[in-house]
Amino acid sequence: MTATEYKAGTNLEKILSEGKFAVTGECGPPKSADGSVIENKAKMLAGYVDAVNITDNQTAVVRISSIASGYTAMQNGVEPIVQMTCRDRNRLAMQADLLGAHTLGIHNCLCLTGDHLSFGNHPEARGVHDLDAINLIEMLRRMRDEKKFDCGEEMDVAPKFYIGCAENPFGDPFEFRAIRLKKKILAGADFMQTQCIFNIPKFKTWMEEVRAEGLHQEIKILAGITPLKGVGGARYMKNFVPGMDVPDEIVDRMAGVEKGPASHAEGKKLAVEMIKELAEIEGVAGVHIMAVEWEEAVPDIVEAAGLLPRPTVA
Amino acid sequence: MADADVKAPAAEAAAEGGAAAPEAADEAPKRVVDPDFEPEIIVFACHYCAYAAADLAGSMRLQYPTNIRMIKLPCTGKLEVIHLLKAIEAGADGVYAAGCLEGECHYLKGNLWARKRVEHVKRLLEEVGIEPERVEMYNMSSAMGARFAEVATEFTERIKALGPNPVRREGVDAHAAAREALGGVAMPDDPVPSAATSEEGHAE
Amino acid sequence: MITAERKPFDEILALVGDKKKILVAGCDTCVAICLTGGEKEAEVLASELRIKAEQDGTGAEVEHTAAIRQCEWEYLDMIADKVEAADIVVSMACGIGIQSMAEKFEPKLVVPAVDTNMLGMPQEHALWLERCGACGDCVIGETAGICPVVRCSKSLMNGPCGGSHDGKCEVTTPEKEDIECAWHLIWERLKAQGREELMIKNRPPKKWNLSSSGGPRKMVREEAKLV
Repeated sequence: MTATEYKAGTNLEKILSEGKFAVTGECGPPKSADGSVIENKAKMLAGYVDAVNITDNQTAVVRISSIASGYTAMQNGVEPIVQMTCRDRNRLAMQADLLGAHTLGIHNCLCLTGDHLSFGNHPEARGVHDLDAINLIEMLRRMRDEKKFDCGEEMDVAPKFYIGCAENPFGDPFEFRAIRLKKKILAGADFMQTQCIFNIPKFKTWMEEVRAEGLHQEIKILAGITPLKGVGGARYMKNFVPGMDVPDEIVDRMAGVEKGPASHAEGKKLAVEMIKELAEIEGVAGVHIMAVEWEEAVPDIVEAAGLLPRPTVA
Repeated sequence: MADADVKAPAAEAAAEGGAAAPEAADEAPKRVVDPDFEPEIIVFACHYCAYAAADLAGSMRLQYPTNIRMIKLPCTGKLEVIHLLKAIEAGADGVYAAGCLEGECHYLKGNLWARKRVEHVKRLLEEVGIEPERVEMYNMSSAMGARFAEVATEFTERIKALGPNPVRREGVDAHAAAREALGGVAMPDDPVPSAATSEEGHAE
Repeated sequence: MITAERKPFDEILALVGDKKKILVAGCDTCVAICLTGGEKEAEVLASELRIKAEQDGTGAEVEHTAAIRQCEWEYLDMIADKVEAADIVVSMACGIGIQSMAEKFEPKLVVPAVDTNMLGMPQEHALWLERCGACGDCVIGETAGICPVVRCSKSLMNGPCGGSHDGKCEVTTPEKEDIECAWHLIWERLKAQGREELMIKNRPPKKWNLSSSGGPRKMVREEAKLV
């Protein structure tokens, strides 16, 4: 495959296009102007993941911008996937920021609706929601492929992006979830990362629907994994995080070990087991490891899962 | 009379389940109770229960304060927010509604509506700087003469402890004003409540 | 219908300031139906203001009235005497009625006593739910008669998002418990109508310039204009 055939030519796109099992990580920018936090997280993940998601005001809490942080990550050896939510920008701001990200050398973008403002630290702010995630995917695809702004006007140089989306296989109505993925494929998504998976049987059921529609051949599916540090996190996600499905046996397993080094080790072990099981599912093209504020666990998990060294692509 | 009287309102507020209870307990001892203060209290009484209970209390020769002045209603459900407010605005020191026991309303739910309206008036009074304890909702049956006397005594003591309504208007008869605000809703005074006919009951 | 909620009393007091002749003006249309600003509620607010004024010794006089519809000038004519005599009008009408009053009696000081909050449907007695955002570009013909603009917390054109759970929206606060996921409702009703394909196609971005984003809106019915 020559470089010109790639849509954006990112490391992530090349690895997935060549059919290699991809590993992506996640990095949340800090709630201050301290850019060194991103530097450190990027250095920790460099060489262990193919690209790293840079969250965009996650849970509606203000942080360093995803594009600025993505640039920092890139300078510290990790390819960024900048996240962009529809909550904080209208279509002008989104297009402007995407053009800017392209000029900085950032070429992976994950298109999201975004958590609602009521969850964050500025609940009185005006939620933009000019577009939804599907509109954003389509707008970005048209910018890239048709050199057109959302309004239809043409541009001289198109921004090159490998376009990602997220999907929650555990959201309701369950029967609509595979259809929603299809909608995102139609809009132009190239890869998809799932919400954290704890309920593997339910994920397998969802993947059966995805395969029945042949969707796994039209989009690269990365299964989401969140290593648990202890039973507290498991219970929190089970009870308080919207759209999360954490089975009791996972909670019980984490409850069975002492909090601290033992539970950390168990959490990593569980993550490795899950990665191995997910990798066996037909249509799963990689894993997306979301170690929230526990990035240092990622190298151990990736190594124990037998996913090192990470492939290099020309 | 100091101790028992001062404690009564706090205990009452607690019994009513009001959030104001702890506050009342804190503030009560600070109040200077004027032993000569005779509050003017208006009772909106349902003729199926409280009004008859008052009559029974009389027949039983039970003592209760003369501070209370009654207005007979066909049902406490006819009582609106404005009626309670107007009584306070006209200078009444305390106002309460006395309806049937919950579940026993002749019109099924009139007494429950009255309770919600009394609770709303408490909130409005708080907004305008008047103690919400000046209004209350009580429930009793026509057979509860003793309870009628007990409520009248308790509430009078509560208002004595609170002191006069800050909106005390010279020359305004609060009882007359409250009756006027009710318009045709108030029934004529009748010390011997007669059994209501269904026609009367549905005349509203 | 238009719904409104009364402002906190302290906020109303601050708006009234030291004015001496106060008219509380209700409206007997929408805000009366939603039990917030009709004649009854105007009378209650006037009573509250008098009780407060009496305690504070401000000497303020407070009266109340109500217009049949405060948003129409011919109904305002009917209460013009009372308005003219007042130093300030505390209006309990919706935002339209308040402005209509202020415009008709300019430069009379007119302040709101309510916050107009939505176009709501009376779900049951004393409970209203938002149903329309007056966005100027109705899509409910394709969404099973359910408005995604105001009933989806994120105004998605292609929902539901990943936060839909058991038919409920991810936005659930003590004040907004149990919000139904609009897109879950849309999906279920479209299925019942045998029109699922409407949800499978991607809906384009919404034209927000037809809503308030496009500036104040204006509507003219040429054929009905008086000549």
